[in-house]
Amino acid sequence: MQNEPLLRVDGLRVEFPGRRGTLVAVDDVSFDIAPGEVLGVVGESGAGKSMTGSAIIGLLEPPGRIAGGSISLDGRRIDNLPYEEMRRIRGKHIGAIFQDPLTSLNPLYSVGRQLVETITTHSDISEKAARDRALALLQEVGIPAPERRIDQYPHQFSGGMRQRVVIALALCANPRLIVADEPTTALDVSIQAQIIALLKRLCREHGTAVMLVTHDMGVIAETADRVAVMYAGRIAEIGPVRDVIKNPRHPYTVGLMGSIPRMGHDAERLTQIDGSMPRLTEIPAGCAFNPRCPYVFDRCRVERPDRMAVAPFHEAACWKYADGVGHA
Amino acid sequence: MRDAAPAKPGKGPLVKVVDLARYFDVSPPLLNRMLEGKPRQILRAVDGVDFAIGKGETFSLVGESGCGKSTVARLAVGLYRATRGSIEFDGHDFGRMTRRQDMAPIRSRIQMIFQDPYASLNPRWRVREIIAEPIRAYRLLSGDRAINARVDELLRQVRLTPADGTKYPHEFSGGQRQRISIARALASNPEFLVCDEPTSALDVSVQAQILNLMKDLQRELGLTYLFISHNLAVVYHISDRVGVMYLGRLAEVAPARALFRRPRHPYTRMLLDTIPDMDMTGRQRMPVAGEVPSPINPPSGCAFHPRCPFANDRCKVERPNPLPHDDALVACHGVEEGRVPEGPIAAPRAA
Amino acid sequence: MAVASVPGAVRRFVDSDVFYSFRRSKVTMAAAAVTFVIVICSVLAPWIVPHNTYDVRSLNLLDAFTPPVWIEGGKPQYLLGTDDQGRDVFSTIMLGARVSLLVGFCATLFAMTIGVFLGLVSGYIGGTTDAVIMRVADVKLSFPAILIALLIDGVARGIIPRDMHDDLALYVVIFSIGISNWVAYARTVRGSTLVEKNKEYVQAARIIGLHPLTIMIRHVLPNVMGPVLVIGTLGLAGAILAEATLSFLGVGVPGTQPSLGTLIRVGNNFLFSGEWWMTIFPGVMLVILVLAVNLLGDWLRDALNPKLR
Repeated sequence: MQNEPLLRVDGLRVEFPGRRGTLVAVDDVSFDIAPGEVLGVVGESGAGKSMTGSAIIGLLEPPGRIAGGSISLDGRRIDNLPYEEMRRIRGKHIGAIFQDPLTSLNPLYSVGRQLVETITTHSDISEKAARDRALALLQEVGIPAPERRIDQYPHQFSGGMRQRVVIALALCANPRLIVADEPTTALDVSIQAQIIALLKRLCREHGTAVMLVTHDMGVIAETADRVAVMYAGRIAEIGPVRDVIKNPRHPYTVGLMGSIPRMGHDAERLTQIDGSMPRLTEIPAGCAFNPRCPYVFDRCRVERPDRMAVAPFHEAACWKYADGVGHA
Repeated sequence: MRDAAPAKPGKGPLVKVVDLARYFDVSPPLLNRMLEGKPRQILRAVDGVDFAIGKGETFSLVGESGCGKSTVARLAVGLYRATRGSIEFDGHDFGRMTRRQDMAPIRSRIQMIFQDPYASLNPRWRVREIIAEPIRAYRLLSGDRAINARVDELLRQVRLTPADGTKYPHEFSGGQRQRISIARALASNPEFLVCDEPTSALDVSVQAQILNLMKDLQRELGLTYLFISHNLAVVYHISDRVGVMYLGRLAEVAPARALFRRPRHPYTRMLLDTIPDMDMTGRQRMPVAGEVPSPINPPSGCAFHPRCPFANDRCKVERPNPLPHDDALVACHGVEEGRVPEGPIAAPRAA
Repeated sequence: MAVASVPGAVRRFVDSDVFYSFRRSKVTMAAAAVTFVIVICSVLAPWIVPHNTYDVRSLNLLDAFTPPVWIEGGKPQYLLGTDDQGRDVFSTIMLGARVSLLVGFCATLFAMTIGVFLGLVSGYIGGTTDAVIMRVADVKLSFPAILIALLIDGVARGIIPRDMHDDLALYVVIFSIGISNWVAYARTVRGSTLVEKNKEYVQAARIIGLHPLTIMIRHVLPNVMGPVLVIGTLGLAGAILAEATLSFLGVGVPGTQPSLGTLIRVGNNFLFSGEWWMTIFPGVMLVILVLAVNLLGDWLRDALNPKLR
């Protein structure tokens, strides 16, 4: 990758100061997203994947705060900007799609009004032109009869249609990056497939980069170019999606892939990782995965592994891969 | 061993459901109806469903939200009363029983596992009390010592420890709570467990633990499952036979492998096409177009016809009944007439 | 592991978020301290007051209208002065607060019991039962609470023999305040019950086949009590004020056992003749008491609201 990344996250750390001490929700997370690339971020609840997304769009819920590292968009740092400036960037350069479309839409305004307002805030065009653009956007995201639907209110749309509206809203200002946090989780399977197809098509056509946060490996497999697997606030493994899914290297990813029931795979039992992800208050020393890891050895219990290359563009944070040890 | 089970054992099925229906009155309040002239509105959540489950078998109902699968689950444990039809458990028809006491003789033999592990345990009770409640309610054991011993055994059975009994539900993770929920369901030695989306609120690695546990328990205790899920891969993994529901009716019922290898109903085929391709074969998917219509005003004829690429005039007016095709039951005029081709469906492009 | 013992429960409470938010709010701690002191003083009042003002023989009419001790003419044994009959104002306030608190507590408890029960039944059973209970509540709400209390008091005076008035007056006041305050509890509990009854743990109890009443009391009730405690605390302040209002209007507790309201009414007659201490001090006491209880209620509402945590 010789060209400059669109988004660069470097050593990001997100903390939640609380009365029982400070919780570290995201710890030393680094990754790049190239222009037009779809990076999937996958992990189980509490892995810190959504928190990473919120940190990038500058919408961490207080008392959460960025406690270290940097986030740069197009070579410009955005993690330390004042609120107002970040708000402008959020609208213009970074779009956001959330799990529940209802929370991103104002129930009191018509869909058209919300689109027009967003468009006119970020570009200097007339109300009329903005409305035409809104209609075109609704058409583009696959809403039938947009001329009629544009003046309706969010509650008049079904869940799938609402998520389409949210996508249209995110695309208003032609952002370079979209952060999509579980965009299909609340939807039915058939609608889910439609929304994924839509998101893929739009990003290809507009050249928008996407950070796709989800717990669903299937969605990642369908959509992403690269995938980062998160565990207990850190990236366990990152690499091209095909490599990670077909040939996972980190023991956690191996277990995760094995635990997904698949059509046509006839196994009496699924591979299971015993135990559960540690709570943020009780992250073990060394590698956070060590108590559940079948390959654990002494070094894992005391020293925390950094990411190391296991294949071209493919890195895993596991001592198995240090100095070629246990490369089996 | 389980694979041999679906072949029916000597006597009849353990659970037999015939023409089961449940309607909900979702009309506006009387005053609004009178003043605003609004009509009564009936939601046909389940509208004529037939299936039977053999002893030791896992039968799954799969479908999208609003298809009525959870209503069937609640009918099957007696939480709702049927509007029409019957549910027979070991010869007792309890579908339309009205009084609480009527179900007493079979109550302890049917239990349920719920979807939300955060809502299914009373937050004010200790785990030990939660699990002991069915034992006390049915007076299965007397004396605290005997009950405690039984609760310890149940906790071990779901791979928790007796010490966990003194804690409160909030001290456990989602997967552990689901184990507690299973322990409570097992406390009365039931034969039939209704599982309503038991893993859909869990992370995949935890889901694998629970699915494995459920399979182990089935083998150890000879349980019969009615499994409700929207996740086709999970259903494929756990079931012997599968029923695909659409708007309150069964579209297709078939043995799990046959259904997934050779789906017949156009809806089943499109549903299977929504499953993400995890094997990276580069298979082109064809997502179902459109959305599930409202069950208050379902489409005429075959409810799937507005989304079906093979629908013709007959499908729009006449409701198809399930007819046998090999080892499957399929409710589709197209399949019956042989005008639905085999192989991939070329549906109108969605989105 | 947590054990089912009192120290365990105490440790859990000290460790809980509620206690943490208490420790962080100085205002709440002050309010709690004030409430605590007032409650203790009221409970112990008959044994610790400097003068037993209920005992007519101990009164000395010559001491009537003594001003507070720091004003010229004040006497050291009457800290806040005396009233028209020579009763020590400080002592009457302590004994009056006792009556006010007693009426407030009992009326609140009474309203809570009725309200919680009706709310549970209404929410859990639903249908016609629910409709009837809630319409009664609506009707009840369309009358001001004080009007209902006055009405009940009037009716009670009419039907109770005259010589029993003083003995029963306290109960009549408690009943009339309680009966006019149950709606808030019923509505809140009904709302919470509607939410709880659809939760899966209640369905699990129904599948087990428990009697609806058992489910209501053992499963639902403990989970709807949070908001009830908040309303109860705020309601206590309201009930104390209601009692004061009734007594001020002269239909409350009898003059032989004056509450703060009675004291204010009696003192009010002398306000413009210069003996201001007879009404101002009970008034200040009433304000402090109600304010402290209200602050506690506000804090409890915030502490139990997970959204604000």
